[in-house]
Amino acid sequence: MASETAMAAENYEAVIGLEVHAHLATQSKLFCGCANSFGAGPNENVCPVCMAMPGVLPVLNRDAVELAIRMGLAAHCAIARESIFARKSYFYPDLPKGYQISMYERPLCVGGYVEIEANGERRRIRLVRIHMEEDAGKNIHEDGTSLVDFNRSGVPLVEIVSEPDIRSAAEAAAYLRELRALLRYTGASEARMEEGNLRCDVNVSVRPRGVEQFGTKTEIKNLNSIRFVEKAIAHEVARQIDILEAGGRIMQETHLWDPVREETRPMRSKEFANDYRYFPEPDLPPLRVTPEWIESIRVALPELPAARRERYVNALGLSRYEAAILTEEREVGDYFESVAAGLRNAKTAANWVMTEVLRVVNETGKPLAHAVPSARETGALLAMVEDGAISLNAAKTAFMAMCQSGKPAATIVRELGLAQVSDEAAIAEACDQIIETHLRKVGEYRAGRDKLFGFFVGAVMKAMGGRANPRLVNEILKRKLDQ
Amino acid sequence: MIVEPCSLTIAEARELLDRRELSAVELTRSCLDRIAAHDGRLNAFITVCREAALAQAAEADARMVGGAGGPLCGIPLALKDIFLTRGVRTTCASRILDGFVPPFDATVVAKLRAAGAVFLSKANLDEFAMGSSTENSAFGPTRNPYDLDRVAGGSSGGSAAAVAANQCLGALGTDTGGSIREPASFCGVVGIKPTYSRVSRYGVIAYASSLDQVGPFARTVRDCAVLLQAIAGVDPRDATCAARPVPDYAGALTGEIKGLRIGVPREYFIEGMAPAVDGAVRAALRQFEALGGRLEEVSLPHTEYAVATYYVLATAEASANLARYDGIRYGLRVAADNNIELYERTRGAGFGAEVKRRIMLGTFALSAGYYDAYYLKAQKVRTLIRRDFARAFERCDVIATPVAPTTAFAIGEKIADPLQMYLSDIFTISVNLAGLPGISVPCGYDDRGLPIGLQLIGAPFAEETILRAADAYERSGATVRRPPII
Ligand SMILES: [Zn+2]
Repeated sequence: MASETAMAAENYEAVIGLEVHAHLATQSKLFCGCANSFGAGPNENVCPVCMAMPGVLPVLNRDAVELAIRMGLAAHCAIARESIFARKSYFYPDLPKGYQISMYERPLCVGGYVEIEANGERRRIRLVRIHMEEDAGKNIHEDGTSLVDFNRSGVPLVEIVSEPDIRSAAEAAAYLRELRALLRYTGASEARMEEGNLRCDVNVSVRPRGVEQFGTKTEIKNLNSIRFVEKAIAHEVARQIDILEAGGRIMQETHLWDPVREETRPMRSKEFANDYRYFPEPDLPPLRVTPEWIESIRVALPELPAARRERYVNALGLSRYEAAILTEEREVGDYFESVAAGLRNAKTAANWVMTEVLRVVNETGKPLAHAVPSARETGALLAMVEDGAISLNAAKTAFMAMCQSGKPAATIVRELGLAQVSDEAAIAEACDQIIETHLRKVGEYRAGRDKLFGFFVGAVMKAMGGRANPRLVNEILKRKLDQ
Repeated sequence: MIVEPCSLTIAEARELLDRRELSAVELTRSCLDRIAAHDGRLNAFITVCREAALAQAAEADARMVGGAGGPLCGIPLALKDIFLTRGVRTTCASRILDGFVPPFDATVVAKLRAAGAVFLSKANLDEFAMGSSTENSAFGPTRNPYDLDRVAGGSSGGSAAAVAANQCLGALGTDTGGSIREPASFCGVVGIKPTYSRVSRYGVIAYASSLDQVGPFARTVRDCAVLLQAIAGVDPRDATCAARPVPDYAGALTGEIKGLRIGVPREYFIEGMAPAVDGAVRAALRQFEALGGRLEEVSLPHTEYAVATYYVLATAEASANLARYDGIRYGLRVAADNNIELYERTRGAGFGAEVKRRIMLGTFALSAGYYDAYYLKAQKVRTLIRRDFARAFERCDVIATPVAPTTAFAIGEKIADPLQMYLSDIFTISVNLAGLPGISVPCGYDDRGLPIGLQLIGAPFAEETILRAADAYERSGATVRRPPII
């Protein structure tokens, strides 16, 4: 049975498109001066404009436009010289005006693509558009009453709409990770899914392999973690294949993801059958963007993940895998580069950041800057390893101590006495002592039992408290035993 | 005969105030007395702010003693109840805003307040400014001061009637399809609708955002110019508000119109127009010639589509603008078991028949499958109408037309026939669609003694030109103003 399903799945191809909503990281909301911040008390970040009092008017936040353009440029979009906000009408208690101001027919960013790597393959996922819109408030149901918190009302969003170029759950996850990286690199969004900064609607259909025509799609709404996106897609693709294999037809439906039961359920048609009655927002003039402004934003963009990955591979000699890990977060890449700058081999820094640094970041849950020592101190520590002043193991011990105490690398190494003994006379003396106390084994070694060499090294290291420079121990022992 | 202070023009009151022959408190009290005596019959006001007005007047007097008073310091005004006034209930003549007290002033109100003006009252209007007679008010119709059985016009009927009846020296209204000019015409006062974007709309309850514009009423053109000066100009809270500097409007009133080219559009002199209106407007045109103006026949060929275009666009915008009245955050709420029921009951009870009619019209025009045929088509016609005017203004400096095809009609006469009512705005609507400035200035009376208005339309931001022409006409004495019957 299982193999039958697997066989059936082999014969189909999934066609997936994503609509991603990301909160823009502005100081204030999209159309009023209220703070755009997470975690305030209910209805603390509100004013007549975002509460839709009679007579109020929206005034566009220029910073939000700039952030949206940054994201558009990062995703290779064409930036429209003139775009238009529209009103999208529907009634809901958390939507104070009874319409959402959103771009519709003429969005700010058109086309473009995002490059992903999944299953060892690099692909371009094309974008349809990126447009700006405002968020709604939040309904809270408590003890039989409904309350509305309007703090989120009017918070700026970009909606990033992909073409149906994604072919698997893994690609969808890679695409989302790349979008998240772009949003963070450009500073457009903090893109924190757990705070609702990043939300995702997924369109899924399947078709027999080799067929051009798209199947009927279903939409899964409001996914708020990459893991859920992967699971929801896998579940939906399997469900659709099962239906088609059983001779059934896919209904064009909207599903909601249930994160507890880890499955999708169809929404009642009433929940989504809306005629939004879009028309151009008469309270806002067309948004005009000059080429000079676009250019000034373009030149101020930081190096983006894809370019960084290429540089890490081609100039620093890292593997694609290492480059991918190190570039997912801008701070991680920045940190890695600062550490590597003082070292002879970038690989040393790469290994260290990927193992030690990211482990500490994950374990503490703190942002990188607060979790680990400064890149300068970590670099100083690894330079000692490269110079043979300390062993790799000693460096790990020192690093943890640095994380705890915040003291400089040199201080920690001295305080913990981790410095390697590279004094040749001292090592030679220890070697002589070991040779004298194990004369019988020396004889056996000299008679041809080469394997015993390791035993002598271990004994010398032990005698020196593990701090002897292993390279020198090897050299000196060899010389003495081979005499 | 002793002139009651309330019947002074703003210019006359200004002189007396500046010479300390009259105090702002005396002037305000005179208006309040007049309101107390007559507003029971006239119903120009929804709310009278007696105590607050007297306090503002006392403050204005103190300011003038300090020599700090500007042109409007101590001048008692009425505000259409569509302007948000901090701490004073604002109804828009609707039950749906029951209990709503704004936490802030509309920009124009804040400007007038800063200028030391005194706010007497909130004036009656058609609910949400939807109407041409001020009969669509939850607070009852406003009556015409020249005939109490007739309408004052609308939607700013309360403001126009109050100025005509000497209950205030000036007033603010709004004009979306003629809502300043038509009541000014019906009540025999001056009213100007500025160029779209000339005056901030912030804090003005929206009816149709791309058409709404704020403007003043007064008893003379000069007073209107002074009021317009005080409210015009850029507002960072209104993204559609023009940044261009505000000229000196009163300074433009030179009385000199020699060589002014006055366009007369043939489409505006139609069958069915009241003969008295036709006669009065033609007489006014001859007066302009006598003053040195030159008449030019012009054509505005898309005029016949204006009313239909307006009722698609205005109602479409209104259907969205009025969606916020949902019973959730302020105003009326009728209890219900769920959201949908709450909306239905609240809006069902809160909105009057005309408002509901326009919301439904607009909702329909924007619906999937109808958008192209209605909304989009209407936008295209709007462009054609705008072009008509641009072409006409290549040949003239102002365009002169009647304001309305008739004088004030009887209360109840058209209320059951919305289409007839909509045609009251046939000469004013195109001006809003084209975003142009237009002024209504009295140009005569019919055989019942009802006032007739002349409309002068200008090119974009040519307020100075139409004010100058209207003032020259007014000062020529061609029309002798008659007092109202109350
Ligand atoms: Zn706000």
